[in-house]
Amino acid sequence: MNLFYLGGASMTTLCRKAMVVGLISAAVLFFGGPAAAASEITGAGATFPYPIYAKWAEAYKAKTGNRLNYQSIGSGGGIRQIQNKTVDFGATDMPLKQDELDKSGLLQFPTVVGGDVPVVNIPGIKAGELKLTGAVLADIYLGKVKKWNDPAIANLNPGVKLPAQDITVVHRSDGSGTTFIWVNYLSKMSPEWKEKVGEGTSVNWPAGVGGKGNEGVASYVQRISGSIGYVEYAYALQNKMVHALVKNRDGNFVAPNIETFRASAAGAQWDKAPGMYLILTDQAGKNSWPISGATFILVYKTQESPDRAKEVLKFFDWAYADGDKLATDLDYVPLPDSVVKLIQATWKSQIKDAGGKAVWQ
Amino acid sequence: MSAVVQQGPGLAKSAPAATIATMFRTITEGSLRKHHQLDVLFRHATRLFAFLVLALLMGILASLLVGSMPAIRAFGFGFFVSAEWNPVTQQFGALVPVVGTLVTSAIALMIGIPVSFGIALFLTELAPIWLRRPLGTAIELLAAIPSIIYGMWGLFIFAPVFSEHVQPLLTKTLGSIPLVGLLFQGQSMGIGVLTAGIILAIMVIPFIASVMRDVFEIVPAVLKESAYALGSTTWEVVWNVVLPYTKVGVVGGVMLGLGRALGETMAVTFVIGNAHRLSLSIMEPGNSIASALANEFTEAVGDLYLSALIELGLILFLITFVVLAFSKLLLMRLSRFEGLQT
Repeated sequence: MNLFYLGGASMTTLCRKAMVVGLISAAVLFFGGPAAAASEITGAGATFPYPIYAKWAEAYKAKTGNRLNYQSIGSGGGIRQIQNKTVDFGATDMPLKQDELDKSGLLQFPTVVGGDVPVVNIPGIKAGELKLTGAVLADIYLGKVKKWNDPAIANLNPGVKLPAQDITVVHRSDGSGTTFIWVNYLSKMSPEWKEKVGEGTSVNWPAGVGGKGNEGVASYVQRISGSIGYVEYAYALQNKMVHALVKNRDGNFVAPNIETFRASAAGAQWDKAPGMYLILTDQAGKNSWPISGATFILVYKTQESPDRAKEVLKFFDWAYADGDKLATDLDYVPLPDSVVKLIQATWKSQIKDAGGKAVWQ
Repeated sequence: MSAVVQQGPGLAKSAPAATIATMFRTITEGSLRKHHQLDVLFRHATRLFAFLVLALLMGILASLLVGSMPAIRAFGFGFFVSAEWNPVTQQFGALVPVVGTLVTSAIALMIGIPVSFGIALFLTELAPIWLRRPLGTAIELLAAIPSIIYGMWGLFIFAPVFSEHVQPLLTKTLGSIPLVGLLFQGQSMGIGVLTAGIILAIMVIPFIASVMRDVFEIVPAVLKESAYALGSTTWEVVWNVVLPYTKVGVVGGVMLGLGRALGETMAVTFVIGNAHRLSLSIMEPGNSIASALANEFTEAVGDLYLSALIELGLILFLITFVVLAFSKLLLMRLSRFEGLQT
């Protein structure tokens, strides 16, 4: 009995303690909240640029004290979040078309360039030895070219000893911007692919196995002899995977590296793309890597809170100016200055506050 | 009250009368009422918690239904029989993931049940006493390993060995049998429905084995010893005495394992191959419901796509429900025939 009462007493003290803790945290939220919010901007979306956004955010905070809270929840999630206005900016690897942007009143601009690299695991073939074209890649992914010594591949590679081995196609199982760039390229290069499969962050793959994430595809390719897959450029580089050369629009077989990615970004005509809807696949230029793509930021054109919008633009302005080194360290390709100028001009002309005054001066 | 005081000294004769008197003096009418109130409060609190679970279940079911309405409206019953899964044209069907989920779980149980039975049998009947505790603990520890570890182990260590040594052997031997052979044909990649089933088997064994061991242990020694006295072998004792006595617990353990196998996500995603294609061979890549959800939820663009994924979740919910209901029915049938056979 006494014991029970003792228990009761300790329960009430516990409750009181819990209440005190609750009150304190509520007070922190209430009084500390608005102060922190003024210098913190939030974004959500694509996973592909997350490492560089995180790095930029860290450096930006060290310099200005302002914080960026970026959640890499995937491009689809990023688009949903910005449409629900729960974040200051959304991020997507698959650009939205002009009409989709107009429907939600969004503006889109690219931040960094990346791209896909076809990686192979064929006995006796070293990095950069195998040459492929977009059309052949499409036929492989359609399941039409089934063996590595198929004439379609052999004709491109005179002098390379190709085994009579089955090709195992590896693709991404999760929806991803990497996939979008890849199938966009295949759609451009093969009418059959465009008609049968089409493009999107995930598609109905006619052949092969699916790995989750770049690491999933990479480990499948490394494991399965006779396989071909595609991974994000930085990932292929850091894991020293066996890449193939791909024929670009000008007819040259190029290797994936910072220069060839930069060439494809520089050759692109951003000023002629409505809503900056531009996928950098199959771009002109003798050094252009044909399977590149930029990653994009989505912000509202009419801003309810212009102060926060300005903080977002200030962050990306800083990133364009001072973030190039950090980007190249992580094997992302910074945008050429000409493109940055164009982006900042769109900020000036298109992002307004409720009264119609430009947010970015 | 007075009765308590009178009984008090009688109960504990050795205690001094004075201390006992102070012990019982605190019980008054008021404290009794308070005690009663607390009892009522406690009962209601526990009832609330129990109903909270029910409410949660209903809430989840309702939100799954609401979320999958667009897909239900668009595809109707065709969703269950269509093997199409095309995010580009927004055509979705659940056949491939449903088949994948059922087949991998079936493989897991086909391997898992006999092995778990063997483990439980060894631990309760055959193993020397000093070995029982460490072995039992080791099996319980296996259950605590996060599933992603099983997935990674499956992909990086098990799959290569499997594809190099086991799969070619299976294709050569079982693959040449007519009809059954079709199940074992195809490229040996080490990734596919069979691999997923085996990894799942490894994951459910600790669950089933530890439940089986626990229930085997509660069989009264009298029953077993009587059977031994009649000249039964160990196998006969286990099969005819232990198993019938513990069947409810055994079926419960199997259901626990099946529940885990049906809903397992990460480990399956790693090794199943994630291809939305229906194929006869269990060596070929496939897909499961949980794995499709894990893969595609983040980047599901468009309402119909998202809704189709939610409907997949709903189907998994229904499958689990049917499996549970079926196991209850099985147990009811078993108990109805109790005593008829022996």
